[in-house]
Amino acid sequence: METYYNPEDLKKFGNIGEYQKELADKFFSYYGSVFAEGALTAREKSLIALAVAHTVQCPYCIDAYTNDTLEKGCTEEQMMEAVHVAAAIRGGSSLVHSVQMMNKVKQVSM
Amino acid sequence: MKSLKASGHQLASSVAQLGLLEQEVAEKLKLPSFRDKLRSAGLFPLQPTELSVFQVNVGKMCNQVCKHCHVDAGPDRKEIMTRETMQQCLDALAKTTLQTVDLTGGAPEMNPDFRWFVAEIRRLGRHVIVRCNLTIIMANPKYRDLPEFYRQHQIEVVSSLPFYNADKTDRQRGKGVFADSIEALKLLNAVGYGQEASGLRLNLVYNPAGAFLPGSQEGLERQFKRVLFDEFGIVFNSLYAITNIPVSRYLDYLIQSGNYDGYMEKLVNAFNPAAAAGVMCRNTISVGWDGQLYDCDFNQMLDLNVASPVRHVRDFDPVRLSQRAVVINEHCYGCTAGAGSSCGGTTA
Ligand code: SF4
Ligand code: SF4
Repeated sequence: METYYNPEDLKKFGNIGEYQKELADKFFSYYGSVFAEGALTAREKSLIALAVAHTVQCPYCIDAYTNDTLEKGCTEEQMMEAVHVAAAIRGGSSLVHSVQMMNKVKQVSM
Repeated sequence: MKSLKASGHQLASSVAQLGLLEQEVAEKLKLPSFRDKLRSAGLFPLQPTELSVFQVNVGKMCNQVCKHCHVDAGPDRKEIMTRETMQQCLDALAKTTLQTVDLTGGAPEMNPDFRWFVAEIRRLGRHVIVRCNLTIIMANPKYRDLPEFYRQHQIEVVSSLPFYNADKTDRQRGKGVFADSIEALKLLNAVGYGQEASGLRLNLVYNPAGAFLPGSQEGLERQFKRVLFDEFGIVFNSLYAITNIPVSRYLDYLIQSGNYDGYMEKLVNAFNPAAAAGVMCRNTISVGWDGQLYDCDFNQMLDLNVASPVRHVRDFDPVRLSQRAVVINEHCYGCTAGAGSSCGGTTA
């Protein structure tokens, strides 16, 4: 069955340099630096990436960072809590805009 | 749970395992053989470096039946090293200046001559490492004094603890294993193991509870140290992160869970020449329960004897053994992936 997303394509991510090498090289070098141990541990960064992956709903990233968080010794509970953080911010960011709605309602109502 | 051997499983045969591995890499995944990878890294044939570790597998009997066990060990395995073969090991050791003797199994402590053997090796002045599965200490009152025995003989204890919580540990090693392991670690700590300045080394071994590779050894060690200390007051020296080798029960798990192709592909793609240069078979010789010699414990389980006229510990000859090439096969990809993997953790 043909689908827009193919798990095999994740392995081809590195090939994006085929059409624009310089920018791809810069991106991957930046990417590598971002995820290295720093003020945050590589493990903490991986959990953030997992949460963001769910927010941008990228199946490739969810696949990659599920694996990566497991490799870095995270528990399933920690991984699910990270996704809840993403969900809370997503929900909250909708809800906090309701203040705008309320303002407008109050402005135009008697 | 029974061993593959006791349940008459097809994968109890080393020939079946090797056939499956070769077919998988070459025909199914169409990936280069381990031999070709080594060749491209300038490492074929794989030559030994200086021999420094004498590893002895004193038997396949174990109180546990872990899902990932490459030995296919368990209570139903009766292969046990005799005192006569142990004496041959001691004679071999006496002929060399080899400093480290690494005792493994099964649960090595279940061999009735284990304590005698340890005392004799120590009399030769060699450093002894025991691969203790921790739960053996709790399995029977007769083993409860093992921490004290280890302390008396200044043994280095290396113990598997695949995770810092019960859920993942028990899924891999059996129900209740985590709780017993924690109790055993407390007993080891109580006699001084893992304590600063005691000189009694206690190292833990992490291996992934599933079809993925271990992450950074340093990162995992930090995490293990923090959780084990905060939650249980347990201390230890180093954590060794080990990759699961696709052999025996772990191979069976990969196939049963549908992870075999993906895992092998991952291992091959993560081949690291630096890790390959540091594989443990280059400085280790592995003695089987019946005295036969191998390049490592994995080769031992695959019945891949050393490629040398010296095939038994009774004929041990370090000079002739140093002239051999290490026997390799597709399972070796497990030792060379990423940061590499050996009985002492990462190699690159
Ligand atoms: S992994 Fe170790 S403790 Fe588990 S069954 Fe095998 S030998 Fe025993
Ligand atoms: S499996 Fe054994 S022979 Fe193969 S690379 Fe690892 S240690 Fe060496």
